[in-house]
Amino acid sequence: MRNDSPAKIYALHIGVLALLFALNFVLPDYHQGLFARIMALAVFAMGYNLLFGYVGLLSLGHAMFYSAGLYGAGLAVYHLGWGVPEAFVAGIACGAVLALVIGLLALRTSGVAFMIVTMMFAQVFYLLILYFAAWTGGDQGLVVQQASRMITIGGASLDLTNSTVRYMSALALFSVVLLATLAIVRSRFGRVLVAIRENEERTKMLGYHTVANKLAAVVASGAICAASGAAYALLFGYIGSSFASVQYSILPLLWVLLGGAATTLGPLIGTLFMYYVTDITSGFTSAYLLIVGVALILLVLFAPKGVLGSIRQRWLGWLP
Amino acid sequence: MHFGPHLLLAALEGLVTSAVLALTALGLSLVFGVMRIVNVAHGEFFMLGAVLAWAISTAISGHPAVGFVAALVIAPLLVGLVAFLAEWLVLRRLNYNPESTIVATIGMLYIIQQLALTFYGPEARPVEPPFSYRILLPWFGYSGYKLSVVAASAILLVLTWLVLTRTRIGLIMRATQYDRETAQAFGIPVERIYAGVFAVGAMLAAIAAVLIVPISQAHYLMGQDPLLLSFIVVIIGGLGSLRGTVVAAILIGLADGIVSMFFSPTLAKIIATLVVAMVLVFRPQGLFGTTQR
Repeated sequence: MRNDSPAKIYALHIGVLALLFALNFVLPDYHQGLFARIMALAVFAMGYNLLFGYVGLLSLGHAMFYSAGLYGAGLAVYHLGWGVPEAFVAGIACGAVLALVIGLLALRTSGVAFMIVTMMFAQVFYLLILYFAAWTGGDQGLVVQQASRMITIGGASLDLTNSTVRYMSALALFSVVLLATLAIVRSRFGRVLVAIRENEERTKMLGYHTVANKLAAVVASGAICAASGAAYALLFGYIGSSFASVQYSILPLLWVLLGGAATTLGPLIGTLFMYYVTDITSGFTSAYLLIVGVALILLVLFAPKGVLGSIRQRWLGWLP
Repeated sequence: MHFGPHLLLAALEGLVTSAVLALTALGLSLVFGVMRIVNVAHGEFFMLGAVLAWAISTAISGHPAVGFVAALVIAPLLVGLVAFLAEWLVLRRLNYNPESTIVATIGMLYIIQQLALTFYGPEARPVEPPFSYRILLPWFGYSGYKLSVVAASAILLVLTWLVLTRTRIGLIMRATQYDRETAQAFGIPVERIYAGVFAVGAMLAAIAAVLIVPISQAHYLMGQDPLLLSFIVVIIGGLGSLRGTVVAAILIGLADGIVSMFFSPTLAKIIATLVVAMVLVFRPQGLFGTTQR
């Protein structure tokens, strides 16, 4: 372990969260909305990072966990008329159960086979959404009505369509997941995961049940991604099959690679950067996928460690 | 129509799918087998072949057969060149690391797809078949061109098999596939073999696309289904096994043709994908493959 400095680490993370909190009051309306979206999606990237960065398992199917949360929460509100908190929990539960099943199957494979198997399961999930279009809305998607996106606690009610409430809810979820990731990474469990990434055979030899640890990581990763999807459905009120397509499995990979795999803050940086790049360039070109493609190739060629990974290597060895 | 002729029609359609699929999957399997990398952009090379075939055949006036033959020669060469450049500029620098190459080929997929959308547009455009002869069966007439596609594919498959098993270059390729380091120690220019195999793999996909484009039109998203089906074929057939690839292609093509004629195509795809994922989980060496070393 590198020389550990918990004070610096906590100060950095609290600082980032405080900055995001302050931004709510400074940002113009448009960017406030964009930031809420980015924080919700950064949670998705953090969930992906837990598996890809720390365990070294490259999944090409995380869109299914994200959309399990999206549909789990969205359909519970749309069809069953559930309240927001129950629907949110339902979304996470859907993602966790799906991750458990997929993990049990996919972890029998490794390397390239793992990528293809996860991609195929995600494809099946995507096609199922299209097949049951009567309930899911298919590729048209469904709009969750504003009236059903309210939280009533006691006498007070929170309207999730209000921009400040939306921003703060996204920030709350982001903070919880960021601190949880930090706690996981610094815990015993997190170190076992990194050990598995570095040398699975040796970890097994040291007496760790590697499959059980990997399965736990898949479930945690799936649950976090589902939380992001559920939050997206409830905060932005739209669920659609495009969120389950292959592209949404590739995007978190890109965000994490860009920000820096196996860094706690990398997913946020990657998501923020890519989101603004596409937002700015969409003004004069529709070739959004071209940018994604070029970014992927340049990253694997020249900066496989990403922004924070490179910074950690050069200057700040203590970054978690 | 009665059930029998209906089934025959479905089987014929399936056979055409199989023929094209076998060529495409063979390209993927070669790259997968020799270089040990998964080329996610394979479907885009297929699409590029079809789009170029449209461009070439519309640029050449005269009898449709002239344009088609020109496309059949030029389009695969151009696609091969693109693949060669991609290998040389990107994959070689990644030292063929399996995970990095997957990410890089995903990048290529997006780049090729977006460029096709920008320069070719979102429309689906047809290419005129070189001849329009209809074979009259007792129950229905069937396009002679479709049957010639099956024949052309069979000839190409046999040719590839002959090259792989009977020539010096095939021997070198198999040696590289079996053990890269030892091959290099014996003076085989592994990097040049890799570049060649990657280009040939893309060319096979492009040829398949040129053959199919008079039947189904050229479209910038047409690479998705062949990619998934090729993965399925390569996995079912077993890695690097040419015979397995062909058998699996015929099986999948026929199943696809027959099942999607009688059931919902989405349901057919769901079942096929799920079955293949399960094969990969429980029998990773493929149905016909044997465990390597």
